[in-house]
Amino acid sequence: MAQLASITLMHNDDARPVIESIIADNPGVKILNMPGAVKLDCDGRITVNRASVEERLGRPWNLQEIHLVLISMAGNLDEDDDTFTLSWRH
Amino acid sequence: MAVIAIDKDYAAKTGPRDTRESYHGNIMVYVHWEEHLFFCATLAFPLPPAMPFGALVSEVIAPHYAAHPDAAHINWSNVEWMINGEKTKPDFNASLEANGIDHKSLIRFWTPGLHGETGH
Amino acid sequence: MSGTKKLGLRQRYEHLTRGLDWETTYQPMDKVFPYDEFEGIKIKDWSAWEDPFRLTMDSYWKFQAEKERKLYAVLDSFAQNNGQTGISDGRYANVLKLFLTGISPEEYQAHRGFAFTGRHLRGAGARVACQMQSIDELRHIQTQIHTISHFNKYFNGIHDFSKMHDRVWYLSVPKSFFDDARTSGPFEFMIAIGFAFEYVLTNLLFVPFMSGAAYNGDMSTVTFGFSAQSDESRHMTLGIEVIKFLLEQHPDNLPIVQKWVDKWFWRGHRLLGIVAMMMDYMLPKKVMSWKEAWDIYFVEAGGALFQDLARYGLKMPKYHEIATAEAEHVSHQNWCTFYQYTHAANFHTWLPDNEHLDWLSEKYPNTFDKYYRPRFEMWGQMAKEGKRFYNNALVQLCQVCQIPMVYTEPGDPNTICFRETQFNGQRYHFCSDGCSDIFKNEPEKYVQAWLPVQQIFQGNCGGATIPEVLDWYGYKFGEDNFDYVGSPDEKLWNEWHADKIKAAS
Repeated sequence: MAQLASITLMHNDDARPVIESIIADNPGVKILNMPGAVKLDCDGRITVNRASVEERLGRPWNLQEIHLVLISMAGNLDEDDDTFTLSWRH
Repeated sequence: MAVIAIDKDYAAKTGPRDTRESYHGNIMVYVHWEEHLFFCATLAFPLPPAMPFGALVSEVIAPHYAAHPDAAHINWSNVEWMINGEKTKPDFNASLEANGIDHKSLIRFWTPGLHGETGH
Repeated sequence: MSGTKKLGLRQRYEHLTRGLDWETTYQPMDKVFPYDEFEGIKIKDWSAWEDPFRLTMDSYWKFQAEKERKLYAVLDSFAQNNGQTGISDGRYANVLKLFLTGISPEEYQAHRGFAFTGRHLRGAGARVACQMQSIDELRHIQTQIHTISHFNKYFNGIHDFSKMHDRVWYLSVPKSFFDDARTSGPFEFMIAIGFAFEYVLTNLLFVPFMSGAAYNGDMSTVTFGFSAQSDESRHMTLGIEVIKFLLEQHPDNLPIVQKWVDKWFWRGHRLLGIVAMMMDYMLPKKVMSWKEAWDIYFVEAGGALFQDLARYGLKMPKYHEIATAEAEHVSHQNWCTFYQYTHAANFHTWLPDNEHLDWLSEKYPNTFDKYYRPRFEMWGQMAKEGKRFYNNALVQLCQVCQIPMVYTEPGDPNTICFRETQFNGQRYHFCSDGCSDIFKNEPEKYVQAWLPVQQIFQGNCGGATIPEVLDWYGYKFGEDNFDYVGSPDEKLWNEWHADKIKAAS
């Protein structure tokens, strides 16, 4: 059975650069659109890169700002200053 | 298995909240008409243990199940009864207690030929 | 490298937790932390605790304050713009009545429970995470009260949610769930609420249901829902960390943890039946069916999680196959119950119209036409003939989940599932093997259940007649209860709607 690492974000303006970065940085990502929310799934692992969000946003971005738009997630979390990764593989 | 509690006397300090003594002389009896989930759940009644089984049928069971179109066709003499998990033929003239019904007993009954709105 | 380089996230978090902790000397540690051993859990090394979310206190307050600013801006504008008139249908308000009386008080119970664990776990990392979660849960109930108080100005049945929560028959289901968790030891509480509830099950409530609120035009509820859920992500990582930590610490912990996972999965599955009903029957515009949500969030996401935890020897929760099979039945069985007990509910019910029946047939091809549609059609016919069906008897309740005995045998949806055992000479009845197992593991705990039907018969709930009991519940008879059609709620909704039509012409 596939083990989906997953992240669900609000579908709003603050989350847009984060959603776009995830789609660009995680090949094969599947997108489930729901009213008000978007669920992004990747087999095994999904990553948010600070640099990638900053590039789209055009300003410095603290990765922990993701808390403001995060709805849910699945996977083991590894978080540092530059990346936010959810994964099922060890 | 026993409760996991920090107090070793837990079991002695606690107890049930629905023993027969709390029902002012009544016992609690559960009744269910099988194959008629039009009535969503088993019904519960507080009843005197000396009540004749026939009175349970005519005064409690029949009126509470009357809303179903099958109810008018029930032939009470061929109903199949199960009391506390045992198929049985209750004595309509004897009391609930004499029919083996005690506090929190479950009475299930089947009505041959009447299988409800999703019947076979 | 510069000597003044900023500390990394991991170091900053370690300073906050480990750096501020100390071994007590005036009193032995065992006396300071008296609750963390009696459950049998063995911890060799609290310093092995990993902090998955490394949110320091200053960032925590900063982000929480920002979330609140955004939320209250939405609530304000919703109220100012009379958002209640723009929801999809007046029926929608009934999900909020269930939410405020049945779910919000459990946020408060979670707040109390995490305050307790945040005090009584010996490891500083776990303590800090629990304390943050405790504050989060308090934020959740406050924002929910604020949001729904606006609806209380217009709709009936939500004027006294906290009294209702303590007294009303079906609200004993969520209340007893959290009472059970909070009267457990701190480790069981963490597995019950932190892991089984937050990680495995709350997505089902806060993601598809809240998305449903958005779809039904309730921007205030979706905003508090997603705002709360942004905290849940942090709670979920705490839940998964606690289970990994316990399983890594000592092999003796595995059977204890497995038993708790089995128990709390089953209890959570029973509790969420009410959300199943809200999604399939009470949202006028539907996002997805309960069965679809169950497949995404339990079968798929839960499957991935338990595949990951298998390396510790932990298995899928016992009876998970039964729970998955029940996802095709539970919403229908629950709505059938509230339909016939509408006189005893603090919200309104209705029969699904033809379009809704067709949607249910399509979403539940294996079960709806065969078992449930004929029931609804029969009630519809009876209502048309002026014989609207009310069930006027009280019901038998399961001793553990406290839900009326409505659930059916696995594989036989026409037969109620009965399980019975005796303890100290008394009979006890259960709706399922899952609930029966829970009782048999700790009978001394569950014999104490405050079962609403038993309490009514004993004369402890205001009187012997239904109106007396409903008065004791705090209902306004004839306003809060009965069908939506003909209710004051409907009358008001139609007035708003008429105004809108007039304004448009």
